[in-house]
Amino acid sequence: MPVILWSDALVFLLLAAGGIGAWYVRRHEHLLLPWRRVARSATALVSLLVLSLFLAVGLLDTLHYRAALPGQQSGEAVYSPEVLSVFDKLIEPLRTHTEKTYSAPLAVALYAKESVADTRGNVLREYPRLRYGGAHLADVSQRDGDVAKRALFGALAGLMAGLLIALASVWRLLPSPASGRGAGGEGSQSKYLSPESSLRSTSLSPTLSRLRERGLPLFSMLVATLVIAALIGAVANLATVYHVLGTDKVGQDVLYLSLKSIRTGLIIGTVTTLVTLPLALLLGIAAGYFRGWIDDVIQYIYTVLSSIPSVLLIAAAVLMMQVAIETHPHWFDTAASRADLRLVFLCLVLGMTSWTGLCRLLRGETLKLREMEYIQAAQSFGVSSLRILVRHIVPNVMHIILIALVMDFSALVLAEAVLSYVGVGVDPSMISFGTMINAARLEMGREPMVWWALAAAFGFMLVLVLAANLFADAVRDAFDPRLNRTEGAA
Amino acid sequence: MNTLSPSPSPASGGGESLLNVQGLVTQLRNGARIVDDISFTIKAGETFALLGESGCGKSMTALSLLRLLPDGVTHAGGTAQMDGVELFGLQEREMREVRGGRIAMIFQEPGLSLNPVLTVGQQIAEVLALRQDLHGVAAQQRGVELLDQVGIPDAQRRIAEYPFQLSGGMKQRVMIAMALAGQPELLVADEPTTALDVTIQAQVLQLLRDTQAASGMALMLITHDLGVVAEMAHQVGVMYAGQIVEQASRAQLLAQPLHPYTQKLFAALPDMTRRNQPLAAIPGNVPPLGGGMRGCRFAPRCDKAWALCGEQAPDWTVVAEGQGVRCHLYADGGSHVGWVERSDTHHLLNAGDGYRCAPPILPASLLQVSDLHVHFPIRKGILQRVVGQVKAVDGVSLEIAQGRTLALVGESGCGKTTLGKALLQLIQPTAGSVRFAGHELIGLNGNELRARRAAMQMVFQDPYASLNPKMRVAEILEEGMAALNIGGSSAARQAHIDTLLDQVGLARAAKWRYPHEFSGGQRQRIAIARALAVSPQLLICDEPTSALDVSVQAQIINLLKTLQQELNLSYLFITHNLAVVDYLAHEVCVMYQGRIVERGTTDEVLHAPKHAYTKTLLAAVPVIRSAQRNPLNTAPSSVAG
Repeated sequence: MPVILWSDALVFLLLAAGGIGAWYVRRHEHLLLPWRRVARSATALVSLLVLSLFLAVGLLDTLHYRAALPGQQSGEAVYSPEVLSVFDKLIEPLRTHTEKTYSAPLAVALYAKESVADTRGNVLREYPRLRYGGAHLADVSQRDGDVAKRALFGALAGLMAGLLIALASVWRLLPSPASGRGAGGEGSQSKYLSPESSLRSTSLSPTLSRLRERGLPLFSMLVATLVIAALIGAVANLATVYHVLGTDKVGQDVLYLSLKSIRTGLIIGTVTTLVTLPLALLLGIAAGYFRGWIDDVIQYIYTVLSSIPSVLLIAAAVLMMQVAIETHPHWFDTAASRADLRLVFLCLVLGMTSWTGLCRLLRGETLKLREMEYIQAAQSFGVSSLRILVRHIVPNVMHIILIALVMDFSALVLAEAVLSYVGVGVDPSMISFGTMINAARLEMGREPMVWWALAAAFGFMLVLVLAANLFADAVRDAFDPRLNRTEGAA
Repeated sequence: MNTLSPSPSPASGGGESLLNVQGLVTQLRNGARIVDDISFTIKAGETFALLGESGCGKSMTALSLLRLLPDGVTHAGGTAQMDGVELFGLQEREMREVRGGRIAMIFQEPGLSLNPVLTVGQQIAEVLALRQDLHGVAAQQRGVELLDQVGIPDAQRRIAEYPFQLSGGMKQRVMIAMALAGQPELLVADEPTTALDVTIQAQVLQLLRDTQAASGMALMLITHDLGVVAEMAHQVGVMYAGQIVEQASRAQLLAQPLHPYTQKLFAALPDMTRRNQPLAAIPGNVPPLGGGMRGCRFAPRCDKAWALCGEQAPDWTVVAEGQGVRCHLYADGGSHVGWVERSDTHHLLNAGDGYRCAPPILPASLLQVSDLHVHFPIRKGILQRVVGQVKAVDGVSLEIAQGRTLALVGESGCGKTTLGKALLQLIQPTAGSVRFAGHELIGLNGNELRARRAAMQMVFQDPYASLNPKMRVAEILEEGMAALNIGGSSAARQAHIDTLLDQVGLARAAKWRYPHEFSGGQRQRIAIARALAVSPQLLICDEPTSALDVSVQAQIINLLKTLQQELNLSYLFITHNLAVVDYLAHEVCVMYQGRIVERGTTDEVLHAPKHAYTKTLLAAVPVIRSAQRNPLNTAPSSVAG
């Protein structure tokens, strides 16, 4: 039975909006142009590749369902109370292979000694073998060789798959009249091709040189695809029998936790933005453009709001929400929907408190822009204020929005960690970078130290935020008309 | 302040050469040369002017000499000897001694050259401590002396003030004082008066002349203003696209400019005597810096160019004692010159045909403004009580007739622009009446006003700020039509846009481009097309040419004049450039501190001024001893009007 949680609905809404936007852009040549420029930047494409992997994981993790239980009750199927996602199903072994407690990455034994009674009844203190990690090995000393072998095989398989993907995408890019345009939706690059391509030749090298002429950074894309494919292959092959990133306190695989955290992070980043952006944009440019009492009112609102410690505000709101949830258990049919509503509400609260910074920035920029002569020219045509805001001011503050949002993204993921620490973050049952980092507080303090959970959260967040930053940079540059000239007479 | 001739030049050839630059080349990392093989000599006590339009490499030449090139630009060849010391051979530590000590520099924008959080005295003391090892009271005293020397009244008090308390002219004086503090032998002045009003400009130029006479330092003056050159320079180098194309003494240059570019520059200056003919605008634009070109760089814009010019770069030709030129025309003993002269005259005569002003009929007045006031309240305190009024426009009355041009002349801050915006109802006037074609505009509500908006439009000063960088030209032109419901269908609007682009002389393909792809002159054409899109009867032009180069300015003025004849437009021309007024306007109003102090026809006001302020203004304008008034120049080769 498919389950659509609140956050799922919001994600689908965002997807639909993005899809409609992309469709609209594709139909307008001049709007497509800046995206073509994005496609020419190697950094942009590589970071987009990384980003889209994260997005793919997040999306798969968004398709929720409840498995049907074997038994039937009065003709109706009975569903498990546990809500799973397609992604959970895909990486089932990672989810189900839980150990007793901490184990280091790629370990075959637990991280702590335990008292084990041997066959003769002697109690020994030793590191017990893991239930799943390296369980196929008879001899512990074979581990290194086995790891290397599996990593190598996995990497080679990944490399092959990567090559296949690369070949397939180049094949798709062949602009033959039959298939050149019609099916070009999924191939990440094919949409950047112009429609007039009429090359019929199927031989590879002229096609490649054609593509290179268009400025697509084929080589860097190829390298990135192969490296990433090899990495995924190696990790996937290892993950079937080892805990690649170790396990946490209750024996859950840290790789699994990290992958699951991606969705939470993305939701906190995007849904919060969905709340922040309209508020900041509307209030900021209204305050800057209209000045006078409108400006006064908006300024007072955000000055007051930003002078209240935001943790206090969020804590109050979340605690109220928690009380409401606990007094109305009948609202929720599963634990997952309860945790999810809490997440969505947390996003709302975070959004309501974090729009002030961007709003202030936009107000300042608008104050500057409103004195520009093109605004006055529009005023002297009698163009309505709303139209001036939409046509003249918003496009000219877009670069600030883009940069601020990407910067905020990492700050929001961190804010979630801080709030989880205070106890007002996401539901404890929900896996997130915040809860991982929060747990690491104790892990770092114990001796011997458990470092891998924090390192995994750190690494994943770093890659995600870095890719988003680089991509946003490239997009900003591509959209800045000052850095670009219209090609030819387009 | 109007003693126009420069201080007497040291006996020619007798003066000792102070700075000797040979074959200076400055290039970008990618090898594009932005200063290409420049050689000149500056003698002690002499003023060398580097004349050129924006982007021709004048400032880069100066920065190369001081070795202050920005990142990405490198010195790639050539020598610069200062008193026998090779500047490019010095260590950076030794070079620091040269900067400020032997060569000092002042910049264009005095408001940005002073540190706003330090007092004037502290900033001068910094230089004194570094250069002359003066500290404490001694430095303070010397600072006061310097401020006295640059003509700042009440120097004792001013030395403790912050830059924001000084006016623009005062700030430039302080900059000069700072430059003088190191007692330099050479002062490099990069457009020192461009940001200043014309009366202040005259004072600052006078100060520079006086200082030079007193201290005997050499002056390297970088400017785009022929008038300033005519007043200040002993020697002139005319730069174009990174090269010096002509070098001569001031007298030689004014009497007989040799290079076609220099000739065109003189011809492009608006002037009353040229009123009934189009200005000899130079077609095209200044080429971008470092665009690798074969042949002569001016060839694409030169009407005397022949095949050779496009193929082979001309060499430096010395034509007369002290005068050289980089042009094929003079390469083999001037055999081509005769041909040039005929062509030149011929060309001008042709263009003059059929280019006559409409006969001065006296049509009904289109715009009547009476007793207009615009006051801005000064508010203070939490409750924003009004504690005073800034009277930006204080009781102005004027009239403009159909098809006529009224020029509004005044210095910055006199309320000209505010008046223009108040006429358009962009700023709410405090009192008074604005009647357009018989209808009162003040007090109309939004919809009634919108119905009248089409008739009156504005062209702004800065073509770089007046077009939205995120909109394409077609969208910019369509906006007004859409807002005022003109043109009905989208196809009709597109057709109208094509017509507009033809009218202002742009290619139709231009409409799919973004403003940043156009040069300043082209952008101003787009701005004019935008105003014309709604078929106005009156255009308010707010300094439409002040941000443009001389050669491009002539193009825009010609365009405005043609449009007036074709469409019977009226112009309210707001400007501080009296030469443009003289050329373009039928009537003139002189504005001073929010009021109109003198009005009349152009001839009356500019040639027989009555009000003291008008006289001051006129006297301050640097005058080029143009061909007509110079007895030396009777040759037909001059760019006569």
